[in-house]
Amino acid sequence: MRYHAVESFDEAVRISASATGITRFLAGGTDVLVQLRAGSIQPDDIIDIKHVPGVKDITRRADGGWDIGAAVSGIELGAHAELCRDWPGVVEGMRLVGSTQVQGRATLTGNLCNGSPAADSVPGLMAAGATVSVTGPDGARVVAVADIPKSPGKTNLKPGEVITRVHLPPRGENGGDCYLRFIPRTEMDIAVVGCAVSLRVSGDMITEATVALGAVAPTVVLVPAAGAALVGSALDDAALEALVTAARAACRPISDRRGTVEFRIEVAGVLARRAASIAYARAKGETA
Amino acid sequence: MPKDELKAGFRLVGTRPNRPDGLDKVTGRARYGADIVAANMLHAAVVRSPYAHARIKSIDASRALALEGVKAVITRADFPTGLTGEDWNLQENTIAGDTALYDGHAVVAVAATSALVAQDAARLIEVEYEVLPHVTDVDAAMAPGAPVIRAGNADHSVPEGMHPNVVRYIDFGHGDLEAGFAAADLIREGTYKTEATHQGYIEPHACLGQLGADGRGEMWVCTQGHWYIRRMCAAVLGIEAANLRVTPSEIGGGFGGKTTIFMEPLALALSRKAGGRPVKLVMSRAEVLRATGPTASASMDVKIGMKKDGTITAGQVNFRMQGGAFFGMSPIAEALPCAFACYDIPNLMHEGYEVLANRPKAAAYRAPGSPMAAFAVESLLDEMCRELSLDPLQVRLKNAAKEGTKSSYGPTYNRIGLVETLEATIAHPNLSAPLGPNQGRGVAAGFWFNHGGETSVSLQIGEDGTVGVSVGTPDIGGSRASIALMVAETLGIEYEAVRVNVVETGSLGVNEPTHGSRATFASGKAAVEAAESAIKQMCARAAAEWGIDPEAVEWADGAARPAGENAGKFPPLTIGEIGAKMGGTGGPISGHHESVPGGVGASFGVHVVDVEVDPETGKSTVLRYLVVQDAGRAIHPAYVEGQYQGGAAQGIGWALNEEYIYGADGRLQNPMFLDYRIPVASDLPMIDTVIVEVPNPGHPYGVRGVGETGIAPPLAAVANAVAAASGARLRTLPLSPPKVLAAIKAGQ
Repeated sequence: MRYHAVESFDEAVRISASATGITRFLAGGTDVLVQLRAGSIQPDDIIDIKHVPGVKDITRRADGGWDIGAAVSGIELGAHAELCRDWPGVVEGMRLVGSTQVQGRATLTGNLCNGSPAADSVPGLMAAGATVSVTGPDGARVVAVADIPKSPGKTNLKPGEVITRVHLPPRGENGGDCYLRFIPRTEMDIAVVGCAVSLRVSGDMITEATVALGAVAPTVVLVPAAGAALVGSALDDAALEALVTAARAACRPISDRRGTVEFRIEVAGVLARRAASIAYARAKGETA
Repeated sequence: MPKDELKAGFRLVGTRPNRPDGLDKVTGRARYGADIVAANMLHAAVVRSPYAHARIKSIDASRALALEGVKAVITRADFPTGLTGEDWNLQENTIAGDTALYDGHAVVAVAATSALVAQDAARLIEVEYEVLPHVTDVDAAMAPGAPVIRAGNADHSVPEGMHPNVVRYIDFGHGDLEAGFAAADLIREGTYKTEATHQGYIEPHACLGQLGADGRGEMWVCTQGHWYIRRMCAAVLGIEAANLRVTPSEIGGGFGGKTTIFMEPLALALSRKAGGRPVKLVMSRAEVLRATGPTASASMDVKIGMKKDGTITAGQVNFRMQGGAFFGMSPIAEALPCAFACYDIPNLMHEGYEVLANRPKAAAYRAPGSPMAAFAVESLLDEMCRELSLDPLQVRLKNAAKEGTKSSYGPTYNRIGLVETLEATIAHPNLSAPLGPNQGRGVAAGFWFNHGGETSVSLQIGEDGTVGVSVGTPDIGGSRASIALMVAETLGIEYEAVRVNVVETGSLGVNEPTHGSRATFASGKAAVEAAESAIKQMCARAAAEWGIDPEAVEWADGAARPAGENAGKFPPLTIGEIGAKMGGTGGPISGHHESVPGGVGASFGVHVVDVEVDPETGKSTVLRYLVVQDAGRAIHPAYVEGQYQGGAAQGIGWALNEEYIYGADGRLQNPMFLDYRIPVASDLPMIDTVIVEVPNPGHPYGVRGVGETGIAPPLAAVANAVAAASGARLRTLPLSPPKVLAAIKAGQ
């Protein structure tokens, strides 16, 4: 096993593009190191991108959106008051990952690249319409977060490609988002179901809504019908019922040691309703 | 000792000084199993079966042996043959013979110059298996047509015609069952199931073993009982017990799971094969969950008859338990006596079956068998109390066993404290706390026998009057502090002047492990006896110096004194003065005590829990939890409370989310703490405790063992609370949200 502490993403790409065995990028390491210790992966090359300039930066763009470096930790996200004000749902998804110790290292980018359908930060990013910058042997491109996951443990990144930054769009006026997950305990667990809702209101009326579900399909999924169920409503019972129905209809879960098919479908509806209510209150400025 | 001779009015007993091992533990100075290192040490790794049941056709270690740094590879062929009974079981579990019997069963072990090389080597060892049909569920394992784990293992007790996996049958009872049920106004029965759970100690098994070709060796190991390690390793390896010196490390939890061996003989056998170089073997968490510990899984039928006023007229149980692929490992013989131990019931019948299954060899887990039994009986009692609109605590009080009651398992109780415990529970403010929507309250009682066991203690007077106490029971719950308090109290000196050491096998007679809630009871009782013996010698030294009869000297406040006016007028001789001169007055002064102490005091407990159930997700949140338990006398109340809280926490985990989950392939699906869901700190409220003190007449300070009873009531208490909160009565643990939600929806 070779360990490379690179100084630039170009160097990272150079190494990974020429590597022939199993390669892993290391940011926080909270997945890679666990997999190493469990013996579930034995990489030939580990490329540590923590020392690339700028990877720990959170910056607001001129358009009001946000750029988040690939090695920004959950704790750093949570400590950024302005970002939390704009995108509380994105931040709370990331902050649910692991323990306090894990939070000191775990990253949005790593959570996305790990490819888990249960990744807690990914539904919030998808609901927010986030994108990522990708650098690879064929140059750089910007990709929607929703287009990254491919299947459990797999992404659509090409060989040699690495995510360099996460981009959140400008929040704009009267927006709110929320992420909720179900776990049997209070923390230190993996989502059995996760749901993020991002929406915008005009007065009491919802004008835009995006819903993403985690752990109910091979990848985190956007549920356009669930968002559509909310648009044009004031979050009345009929709209919520339509949201619940659409969310459940989008579920293609499995039964495993964490939950059954029936349970996941049922709870997806419950979380969608609860997350929508919180996002709605946030959009109206009624809660933090 | 008669009750009125119990000591009272204490200077130190009942106070809460810091534990002597506390600073070492919070600073990282304490040395646990994996902290032990030796020069020239090798590291071991173990190849484990990926199948629940498979014939081992061939083992090829040639590629591993060719790897640089690999010093030894062992298989079953490196162990002696011809063992019988439990010795054979231990050897068979240490390393598989012809057949791997469960997912995780050790097949080959390798020692190399580093842990990484050992792991690489383990991956290069090729084992060819022929997969066999398997069975992991207890009911399935005794059904016709179930795969036979091992023929001919059943003992004479098993009725004819049963499946060969049924290896033990037990029945006992008293009274007239038929008449008892005929006298009842309400008869109810139910079937209850509990899944296997792991002790979940934070410290994985770890040892360092060294064994020479001459059959002499040493072992440093994390264990609850190093004489057991010595005896078991000697038997498995075919060496002599006295030639193996075993030193216990500090221990990061055991809960019964460290009272036996799992991989220790592998380290010794590898050392012997590697020319006597010391070999270190540390388990990963996945190895711990797959191949050590767990407790049994159980399937239990209960039938109870009750009068309208709550009087229990009859009780009947039929329990089935599997404790893995090895005879004698299920706690069936403990579960049955615990079932009705809390109650005075005239007509009782108990039947139990032990069943083999393709699971790891079960080990003791805190009050083995009692939590399962209490889950079944206390759940059904709760259902019947609700049906008859009776207060569940008053019904338990009405039927409570007391001094003179013929217990459900035979003996007549001496002084016990269940009535006092129930009364303290009923008086507690938690019982009147208001409950909101979707919230419910559950209660349950529980019992554990406690245990004496082989005990040897030595006590040495130092030259400065400080006192060393050597005990053979590893300190897993604060026993060093408790023993120091009792010795200091007895000698009339300060707590800080007594140092209690857990010593190796060469230093004392044989000691049973710290199990059966016995360390503070048995080692404590022996230490008090040893202190009394030293006092007698110190009084004799004083008598000789004063030229008076030893009978005319008494001991008080840490000094020998003339007993009364007639004995003569001499200033007191303190323990320090006697110690300083002892080299010239007859030599070292030590006290010893060896015995199998009688007079164990059973401990009863009652738990009350308030739970809120989310009706949309089935998730249970524990809002409030109360443990009331009889300690006899709490020598160090903080550590007694810690035992109560620890037992409750483990029981809550067992009730709500902990379980061994096997796939259709018989492999364990959750061999890590991520998916083996022990409660995390934020899952639990502060657990309230009440220490009831009904002194045990069989101990000089009234001690009852307190360590185990606390895990007996929670399973039923939580299930009863969930039923009250949600209307969903679940008779199969754990009460995981998918199960509870399905039950809620089924009831709508």
